[in-house]
Formats: sequence, C-alpha cells, structure tokens
Amino acid sequence: MRCLAALALSAMAWSACALAPETLHDLALGDNDAKAKAISVAAASGDTAYLPLLQAVLDGEVQTVGDAQILLVKGDTATDLLTGKAVTPLPENRDDVVINNRIRKELRTAIAALKLTAPERAIRLAAARELQTGADEELLPAIGTALAKETDDEIKSLLLLTQASIQLTSKDKNTRLAAIRTLAESNNSTTKTLLLGVLEQNGDTFAEPDADVRAEAEKSLHAVQGRLSAGEMVGRVFSGISLGSILLLAALGLAITYGLMGVINMAHGELIMIGAYTTYVVQNLFRSHFPALFDAYLIAAVPAAFVAAGLVGMALERSVIRFLYGRPLETLLATWGISLILMQSVRTIFGAQNVQVENPSWMSGGIEAISGVVLPWSRIAIIGFAALVLAMMWLLLTRTRLGLFVRAVTQNRTMASCTGVPTRRVDTWAFGLGSGIAGLAGCALSQIGNVGPDLGQSYIVDSFMVVVLGGVGQLAGTVYAAMGLGIVNKFLEAWSGAVLAKIAVLVFIIVFIQKRPQGLFALKGRMAET
Amino acid sequence: MQRRNFLKRMAISASLAATGMAVCLPSFAADTIKVGVLHSLSGTMAISETVLKDVTLMAIDEINAKGGVMGKKLEAVVVDPASNWPLFAEKARQLLTQDKVAVVFGCWTSVSRKSVLPVFEELNGLLFYPVQYEGEELSKNVFYTGAAPNQQAIPAVEYLMSKEGGGAKRWVLLGTDYVYPRTTNKILRAFLHSKGVADKDIDEKYTPFGHSDYQTIVADIKKFAAGGKTAVVSTINGDSNVPFYKELGNQGLKATDVPVVAFSVGEEELRGVDTKPLVGHLAAWNYFMSLKNPANDEFKKKWAAYAKAKNLAGADKPLTNDPMEAAYVGMNMWKQAVEKAKSTDVDKVIAAMAGQSFKAPDGFTIKMDEKNHHLHKPVFIGEVQGNGQFNVVWKTAGPIKATPWSPYIPEDKGKKDEPEKK
Repeated sequence: MRCLAALALSAMAWSACALAPETLHDLALGDNDAKAKAISVAAASGDTAYLPLLQAVLDGEVQTVGDAQILLVKGDTATDLLTGKAVTPLPENRDDVVINNRIRKELRTAIAALKLTAPERAIRLAAARELQTGADEELLPAIGTALAKETDDEIKSLLLLTQASIQLTSKDKNTRLAAIRTLAESNNSTTKTLLLGVLEQNGDTFAEPDADVRAEAEKSLHAVQGRLSAGEMVGRVFSGISLGSILLLAALGLAITYGLMGVINMAHGELIMIGAYTTYVVQNLFRSHFPALFDAYLIAAVPAAFVAAGLVGMALERSVIRFLYGRPLETLLATWGISLILMQSVRTIFGAQNVQVENPSWMSGGIEAISGVVLPWSRIAIIGFAALVLAMMWLLLTRTRLGLFVRAVTQNRTMASCTGVPTRRVDTWAFGLGSGIAGLAGCALSQIGNVGPDLGQSYIVDSFMVVVLGGVGQLAGTVYAAMGLGIVNKFLEAWSGAVLAKIAVLVFIIVFIQKRPQGLFALKGRMAET
Repeated sequence: MQRRNFLKRMAISASLAATGMAVCLPSFAADTIKVGVLHSLSGTMAISETVLKDVTLMAIDEINAKGGVMGKKLEAVVVDPASNWPLFAEKARQLLTQDKVAVVFGCWTSVSRKSVLPVFEELNGLLFYPVQYEGEELSKNVFYTGAAPNQQAIPAVEYLMSKEGGGAKRWVLLGTDYVYPRTTNKILRAFLHSKGVADKDIDEKYTPFGHSDYQTIVADIKKFAAGGKTAVVSTINGDSNVPFYKELGNQGLKATDVPVVAFSVGEEELRGVDTKPLVGHLAAWNYFMSLKNPANDEFKKKWAAYAKAKNLAGADKPLTNDPMEAAYVGMNMWKQAVEKAKSTDVDKVIAAMAGQSFKAPDGFTIKMDEKNHHLHKPVFIGEVQGNGQFNVVWKTAGPIKATPWSPYIPEDKGKKDEPEKK
C-alpha cells in the first residue's frame, strides 16, 4: 500500500517536473534565494501538480547526488525526479536538500496557496489559516480565484482578511482604505503588526502618506487591540486556573493528613514524587509490553500511583506517625527525616537524574479557544482531573461510612471511640487516603513538569501554603485558596515577572496569616475554640 | 556511657583511617596522576552535567589505554556538588587540598564557576571549564574551552537579524535568573543598541532555577511578537528547558513565526522532548552531533561504545553535544600540555597550554590562544529537526578568536586580553 502511494506520488512529482525542470533544479540545488523564487513560481502557477514535490521538500524527502541527480527518497526506494525512473540501489553520496526557517515558511505558504482549491472543506480551512501569515502580493490572483469559488463563510472571511492584509501596500488609496476597514474585523495578532506598520512614523515622514488612511488604520487598530486584549485575559485566567488546579491536587492530600488529622507531614512532597515515579514505571511497562496501547498508559498509571503512594503512606503511619500523634514538633522532625530517606531511596533505585515521562500523544498540542489563545490539552486534562479527584474525595468524605468515621474521629476522637469507631484503624485509612491523593497529584505533575528525586521539594511549601491559607480543617477553603493563589500568581507574573511574583505571593501569605491565623475559612463551633 | 565509648572508638578509627590515607597518598601519587571531576550529578543541572562527567571519564580511560601521561596512569576523583553553588566551592577545596588533584574538570553554570574561582586562585589550582559562558572574566587558573559571547551569542543574534534568519526587529531575552543570562543579556542589549534597536523593542525576562510553568511566559512572547517580527534569545539553563519547549510546542508557537535561539540547549537537553512541533527553532554552538567529518565520526563511535560498555543511562540512543566536545578537547589539551611541560606543576602546565592545538570533533584543528586562555572555535547555528538533531544552517569559515572582554560593554575598554600576573 505504502509502495503504491510512493509510486503514485513519484508519478505525480514527475509530471510536475515535466512542467518546469528549471524550477525543480532551483528548488533542490539552488541557493536559498533561488529556492524561494522557485517556490513562489510554483505557488503562483496554481498548478496542484507541484504539491507532492513541495511537500516532499518540506518533509526532507528530496536528496541530491552531485549536481546531476535529484532524488525523491522514501524509505529504501528512490525515484529520480528528472527522469521519473526508479533508482536502485540507493546511491551512497546523497546530500539532503537543506531548508531553513525562511524556506520552510515559503514552502508552507506555497502549499497552502495550492490547497485553496482542494475539494475538502477542512483542507481549505487549514490552508486559509496558514495563509494568514506570510502571504505576499504574488498570491493575490490565487486568493482572488479561490474567493470567487469559495462558498464557505468561515473560509471566505479568512481569505478576505488575508487579501486585505496584502492590499495594505496597494498603490490605490481606496483599495488601502477598504483593506484597512476589512482588517478591523480581524482577531489575529499579525493584523496588529500590519496596522502598526501603517502607522509607523519616522521623524516627519509617515509610512502611510495619506492622513485619511492613517485615521482609518487608527480606528481598526483600536478594534483589533480590544479583541486581542480580551483574548489575552481569557488566556491569563486559564493559566491561573491551570496553576490553581495543580496547587489543588498537590494540597488536597495534605488537606486530609494535615487539615483533618493534624499531622504536619513534611514527607508529603515525597509521596507526590512516589506517584510520579509510579507513573514512570507504568509507562515503561506499557512501552515494553504493550506498545500498541501506549497512549492509554495513564489509565493504568492513575490507580497505580494512588495505590503505591497510599501504601507507602499507610506504612509510614503504622510504623512512625501513630506514635507521634499530638506531638507536632516530633512529627515534623520525623517526617522530615522520612522525606530525606524516601528521596535517597529513589535516588538509589532510579538514579539522581530526572527520568522522562512522555505525554500520551493525545495530550500534546492544544485547542485554539479564540484566535491567538491556545489552551494546551495537557493543562485541560489536569484541570478536569483535579475536579474529578475533588469530587471523588468529597463523595468519599460525605457519603461513605469511612468518610463518616474520618469526620467523627477528627471532630471528637474520644466520643467517636466511645461509640465504637475503631479510631486507630480509621487514622491509618485516612492517612493512606491523603497519601494516595498525593500520589494522584504526582501522576498529574509528571505530565507537565520534570520527574526527579527533588520533585516533592518544590511542592511541599506550596501545599502547606494552600492548606494554611484556606483554613486548616476545611476542604472548601483549600479549593478557594488553591484557585485564588493560582490566579493571583499568574496575574502578578504577567505584571512583575516570575521571580518577583513568587516572592510577592509568599509575602502576601505571611501578612495574611499574621492578620488572620485561622485562614480564609475557619471552623466554627465549640470544637474549634478549644 | 556506652554511647560515649562508641563515639570515642569511632573517632579513633576515623583518625586512624585518615592518617592511613595520608601515609598511602604519596605512594599512590608515584604511579598515578589524580584528576578531579566536579560536575553536578543530581539536582536541576544534572540533566546537562552528568554526561560531562561521563565524557571526561571516557577521555581518561582513552588516555590510560594509550599508556597514560608521562608513563603515569590518570586516576579520576569524582565528586557530586549537587547543583548547590556553595557546595561547589567546598568540593573544589576538598579536591585540591585533600585529594591533591593535578587538575579539575568541571562546572556548568557560571554561578558555580564564580563560586569555585576564589578557591582555585587561592590554592593555585587548575580548572578546565567546558561550557559557553558570558565572558567578563579571565583568570590565570582557568582555561575556558567553551565559547565566549563573540563565539556564540553575537553571531546567533546577527543571523536572526539577517534576511535568512527572518530579519527579526524585536527581541525577547529570556533566561534563568543568575549571572550568565544577566550578563549575556547585558552584552546583547548593548549590541542590539549598536544595531539601532530601541529599548521598547527589547523585552528581558527571567525565571527562577527549576521553573516549570511557562504558560504566562509563552503567552507574553506571543503578545510581544504582535508588535513586529520577533525572535527569542533563550538562556534558560537546566531542566527548565523541558517544560519550556513542551509549552512552546503545545501553544503552537512556530519557529517560522517566532524563532527561539537557545545557548544552553543541545542534543542532550532535547532528549526527552517531542521535537516535531519544535522544528526550526535554533541553537548556536561550536559543535553539533550532526557535523560530518572524520574526527566527529570517531568521537561519536567512541562515545557510543563507552556508553554501552558502562551501561550509562540513555546508552540506547547515545548523544554527543557541544560541552561534551569541549570537555574532551580540554582533557586532551591538558595531557599535551603536561607532556610538553614534563610536569603536572600548575604554573608550568599553564605556560605550556599556550598555543596547544588539537584536531577536534568540530572538524577543525583548534588552538588554545597564546594569551587569553580561550579556544579559537568555529561557530555553527543549527535548526532543530524532527529527530532531535540539529541541522547546520549557518557557520563561520573557520575558528574565530574569543574576546572575553566584550567590546559592547564600555567598562571593558582597555582591559588586557590576558590574565593579570600575580
């Protein structure tokens, strides 16, 4: 099948060079200026027979042998593009046709221009999008023909914008005016660049000689800018929510172990790390045993991370922490020691270097919510995951027997014990639950950050900040605090840079806790006062 | 009581061991020469520095297999300063005073170099520093085998300004917050001013070490790029590069629109990244793994064999990069200098280093400058390919001389192109 496709492709490519051998020669052997010229010739011709050839150059499948042969190489088969004959065996001294960004841009534009007349709507739409940047005067006729034939509104409006952006440099004043008016409808950031170019002023001379046109450009620029900054706002809020969801995931487990149970668990970060490393192990298992299912490895990794971190947590509780309930200082020191032990063990097992956790392919890339604002899939997935974990935890705490016991024990241990709640066992389960949720956080973090033995260190402070700010013992407080910190941090970052934003947030929290030690949401009632 | 006894016994045995070692040392020194290796094997810089330790050990093995230096075998003393800058100084002192090494190969970040520099100057040690850096420094006790700014940063920016590079008019200078990016960006800003770029067209941004959330930064770059043809100069160091490039790819910032040129990203840093969305982003170095020449073929073959034999992480896909090449060249030049000086004495070796030359994997016979302790190096600019390798799109005709004191910084006027004699 592949072979057939290659044959068909080479046949088409051959017909292309039958059209213009000198174009082919320039494209493969010329310097970059010659290449660019050949590409624009191909684009302006409107002849779709050039398409496979241009695509092959873009994909790095065209190679040359000396000055004589230009080959289309697909795997182990090669076709001479000048003669159309298959070349076997592959010549030894082949050179790649080297392309750089400039040529790549020209190729993409040319390919898009040639695809404007494709029968499928999706291809035309993608082509029209690509043309939004980089189209030049020579493409005007091609765009004109495409516009005349086009019936789809979305593609039409994109093409009109592209046409207008080219016509900005037209000699006719009315064409320029019309173009600028059309561009007011754009929500593309390159339009801003173009309009700014029109308004450019160099001493007393303007880039645009006509004052009417300049006034119109000013108006259009205003409209475009308004739309762009709205988009920017959306992007900022999204990244704030995304950071918030990460903080929430990291802090949720701690909200149970520290918030509900009162254990100052300095090893919380290391439980997150264990979750991340479990994800890494599951990923490797999938790669070696079920490579076909690799994209689904996360489905197995999520429960595995929960169980692994949960088990470690329960072991910790049974072996160390249960002896230290009610002695916060000792707990703090002991768990800090444990965190060092856990880190060192991971270093011994997996090495001190970061390990690579690969994203499943569906997680790379993003969706363009509004023009210019891309929301990455990985971030969206994590926000969804955080919501899911939160919902599960809420259900568990409010709708199950275990949840009832946990709440009973944390509110009044003696009374719970009197009514027959096995408080010790509930402690173990609750600690295991908190640790397991930390493991889930690790699984999520492995998808966006680096996984190394120090992973937990960078989240432990943030986690405590969130829980303390939200109010100890309050799940809702944790949620508000995480989201609030996320969004505040992102807005500060945009305004003052990443380094200062981090400091500012820390200072803010310190001041806040001084003024209101109980956090955002304080427990009310007699219990809280004692 | 018991515990005290135990402690006492420990102390005695420890001091015994110490004296034992002290007694042993001279006899050791008779047939081996100790060589210190000072690279972070853990922490945020481990991603970059671990392979430098390995390539240094490989060069030592290779020299030993050929009979060593002046008939003596080299013995490596490897320490791990753990990406912790003060620890670098501590470990350096330990290497020089306790292990009595003849030479140290190490450091990546400039902040670690600045941290060990006083130690080397005080104890008159010898450091080979294999990484590109910001210049503005010249110590008698250090040989810089990486690039100075005029061998990397300036040519890269010039390329991006050219028609081939996209003719950038606006610049985002993005880096990790420490001395190397700050100084490099100071030089670049002065350079851009000299080319007529106004301050409003330069945006300088810094992130902390180990930063992993680049959403805002990438969104800001996009916004800035709306104001005109923009290029990004990245001096991000360490494992932050992985989330940065992932974010670039995910947010669809294409190299054809806003090219990113990086000074601290090579083949090794891109190992864990899907490079398909990154095709066309650039890096400027003095060596790329993809260079085609016999010396490089041999270097790559040796490294692949060594990685396999030692079962190193990533041996299934052995990669070489610029600092590895610089470390390898440094080790070989030091060997030549010792043989020329017929001694490992630091002052004699320093004198013998001047003018040493070596047939390097970058395809040229490169030479240590007679005076300024820097190598003459060729400059290559490469574009990232889908397979994680770089495709050279621009290069100098041959090696160029380093100017550690930048001509674009006014305070540097009149500074001598050689270390102060002490």
